[in-house]
Amino acid sequence: MFKKFKINHYINYIIIGIMTAVLAAITLTGGRLDSSFIYMLEKMAISIILAVSLSLVVGFLGELSLGHAGFMCVGAYLGGKTACLLEPLLGNGILTFIISILVGAAVAAVCGIIIGIPALRLRGDYLAIVTLAFGEIVKSLFQNTSEESFGGTLGLDTPRYDKKYLFIFAFILVLVTLAVVQNFIRSKHGRAVTAIRDNEIAARATGINVTKYKLLTFTLSATFAGVAGVLYSFSNYTVQSLTFGYNYSIDILVMVVLGGMGSINGSIIAATLITFLDIKLATVLTGDLAVLQNLIYALILIIIVVYNNAPALKGFREKYNLNIFMRKLLRHKHDPSKIKDDAAKWDVVPTKIEMNEVLSIDLTPPEARDLTGKGGKK
Amino acid sequence: MELILSTLINGLSLGGIYAMIALGYTMVYGIAKMLNFAHGDIIMVGGYVIYVFMATQNPLLAILMAVVFCVILGIVIEKVAYKPLRGASPLAVLITAIGVSYLLQSLAQIIFGSASKMVTVFEFGSVKFLGANVQISSLVTLAVTIVVMICLTLFVKCTRVGRAMIAVSEDKGAAQLMGINVNRIITITFAIGSSLAALAGLFYLLKAPTITNTLGAMPGIKAFTAAVIGGIGSIPGAMLGGILLGIVEAISYKITAIAPYTDAIEFSILIIILLVRPTGFLGKKRREKV
Amino acid sequence: MSEIILETKDLGITFGGLKAAQNVNIKIKKNQIYGLIGPNGAGKTTIFNLLTGVYKPTAGTFYLCGEELKGLPQDKINHKGIARTFQNIRLFNNMSVVRNVMVGLHDRPEYKCTVFETLFRLPRHFKVEKEMRAKAKELLKIFDLEDERNNLACNLPYGKQRKLEIARALATNPKLLLLDEPAAGMNPNETEDLVKTIQFIRDNFDMTILLIEHDMKFVQGLCDEITVLNFGTVLAEGDTKTALSDPEVIKAYIGG
Repeated sequence: MFKKFKINHYINYIIIGIMTAVLAAITLTGGRLDSSFIYMLEKMAISIILAVSLSLVVGFLGELSLGHAGFMCVGAYLGGKTACLLEPLLGNGILTFIISILVGAAVAAVCGIIIGIPALRLRGDYLAIVTLAFGEIVKSLFQNTSEESFGGTLGLDTPRYDKKYLFIFAFILVLVTLAVVQNFIRSKHGRAVTAIRDNEIAARATGINVTKYKLLTFTLSATFAGVAGVLYSFSNYTVQSLTFGYNYSIDILVMVVLGGMGSINGSIIAATLITFLDIKLATVLTGDLAVLQNLIYALILIIIVVYNNAPALKGFREKYNLNIFMRKLLRHKHDPSKIKDDAAKWDVVPTKIEMNEVLSIDLTPPEARDLTGKGGKK
Repeated sequence: MELILSTLINGLSLGGIYAMIALGYTMVYGIAKMLNFAHGDIIMVGGYVIYVFMATQNPLLAILMAVVFCVILGIVIEKVAYKPLRGASPLAVLITAIGVSYLLQSLAQIIFGSASKMVTVFEFGSVKFLGANVQISSLVTLAVTIVVMICLTLFVKCTRVGRAMIAVSEDKGAAQLMGINVNRIITITFAIGSSLAALAGLFYLLKAPTITNTLGAMPGIKAFTAAVIGGIGSIPGAMLGGILLGIVEAISYKITAIAPYTDAIEFSILIIILLVRPTGFLGKKRREKV
Repeated sequence: MSEIILETKDLGITFGGLKAAQNVNIKIKKNQIYGLIGPNGAGKTTIFNLLTGVYKPTAGTFYLCGEELKGLPQDKINHKGIARTFQNIRLFNNMSVVRNVMVGLHDRPEYKCTVFETLFRLPRHFKVEKEMRAKAKELLKIFDLEDERNNLACNLPYGKQRKLEIARALATNPKLLLLDEPAAGMNPNETEDLVKTIQFIRDNFDMTILLIEHDMKFVQGLCDEITVLNFGTVLAEGDTKTALSDPEVIKAYIGG
């Protein structure tokens, strides 16, 4: 079965696993990690889960979602609330933690399905704007809850977990996310999803149930955003709906774009790096200078996207790119048969849309179509 | 009755502002086939330019400078960020536009700080109109909007450039073969859109005289909503959508029970419209050829 | 008396006021190579789109092996046994050649494997993956594409892309294969090669083929029967030679 153990398929598990094990060993044997370092680790775990799950939709399904923070928000509130309710019964232990995570994930998944069923009929810019609207709606709804239920404008306070252990759980969840996302991508189902991204019409004609796979991918992505949300609520002790505006969604998008579309490892690296910079820069840049960071991200985003996509720069890109550079560095010979065939390329993601041509063709289920009176069997 | 009237006028003037911004979205979408995410932030830039030039105590100069500055900014953005991506994936263009929006917001915050700035362009009072208390600024907004829209419609229908715009939006390739300079038309479109955004910035200042660096973000998204409701790519559609959205917002604010949910209501309308009639009220539907 | 694979009954569709196809009656027998010809805009591709569920017929219906398929979504129609290629090639460009074919194998019952099984990497996942890859290679071998299997589909030359599209359609195990202008843009040598390939498919896969083509030599050399369309209606049908010599057909092609 494992004729050739592909090390590069497992490298990310190995690195994150070893790192987690070492840090866990230090804390569990009584060693003390700096509290700001632990905070950073928690944030990194959250960012990695968010980036990897969003990359599923943007990189592999080829659709743009700007509502990732919305799903995270749902997870954070519902997971946090579950923990508040369970604390008197089960105490502040691992059981409460696990149940809260499951609840947060489940509710985010349900939201993913509810928003996914209608929204995935739309494509491109329109899907982006609907997911953005969803995020804003969620934010506004939680903002206006009563103080007893979800804390309203004051936010929801969640039970305090022992910081010594939370980051370990967080990284275990990162590994779970990675396992699920990568196993999904590297399977026949993942292949179907990339086929949809490459050519939806052909995928349909080849017998792929496009609606099912779009919904599945979207829901999977929302689920892990929910998990990240629950982690966030534990890490911060409090959940404020305003945190989850569309700016947060865009921050996650920046990680995915920076890491390279359709590259899970890229997303992980970008998420780690950006979180690290975020926290480090926050201590250096204070007051109005803090936005300097946003400015830099914005510039990086523009430069990367323009560089990677401008038709005029195509020749330049083929001549000088990181892959060739790395190959030279490692003195590998160029072998055209070893092309990575899962990576998303920009020029096909998503399929070009005509003005006004919004609906992807006939996604309506046959039952719904019968209601329109245009057919019906027999 | 008075309440209804004042709400209606508020709604109309707010709708006028949305329509003004939505026109920018819809024209750019129609011609360059892209969602210019940074359009909302041009409003904010317009506001800040007015703030800066109000130091001269000359409101007309300030407004003129705002329009000129926004037009230049719009053209620069188009040339630097969007033009290189012409022909690239729509996703790439959209992400770049998001980047530009972010860039403008953070630049504004670096220059002007995060604290909101106060500026009063004109001192308007309010008048009694059929028994209702109506802000004069609302009436001015409404009047200017109507004039601008009439001018714009005439411009598109009756001038060479306007007709070229319609041609480009129908079929870029064919328009080019007919000798239309597509790049120039796209630049003009961005210029018009940005000047409208600058005016929208002015109207925001008339409504509430404070500016922050995120002034344009929410109105931008809402105006896009309006453009979609009316049917993206359609100029009358943008006006209709803007007015509708403005009235909904004004009414929603007046009803205490649902006032806090106004944003949620507006975005729900967007989602529902997109699902029921994805091409909006006045948009055309096209099928993909198999 | 051989079995009838496809039968359309008064099949038609109107777009707004435009009658893109009307009263189309076609009967295709098992193992036939059936041609659908006609001038540009005659509604040939529209018929393909009706048969594959891209459009819903506004009139009439069609049966595959006696089963009515009208109104089913595209993927269901494909599962029932109609596979197609496209006039303008539609491959999964950023996937390797072998993966393109594996997508075609995706919904065959023998390669069934639930999402749950793949997520938890249960033994069936590995078994199915291995079998699919082997089957895909087998198919590629038939089309002489085996050596290209790890290349990206978009890097293939045009002729091979056409072949790959046919291979992908065959991978779905259809009863009826629809080929939309398979010889378009090919040189005479490639066309000759293609004729052989299509005959090979018919003989070795026990396949029935319906194809659209403009190249009359190609049609004459390959098709058992044809239907000639013009302005969405059937102009002539039957045996290839007879139908092509029909004065109406000559008039439609040469003009008059």
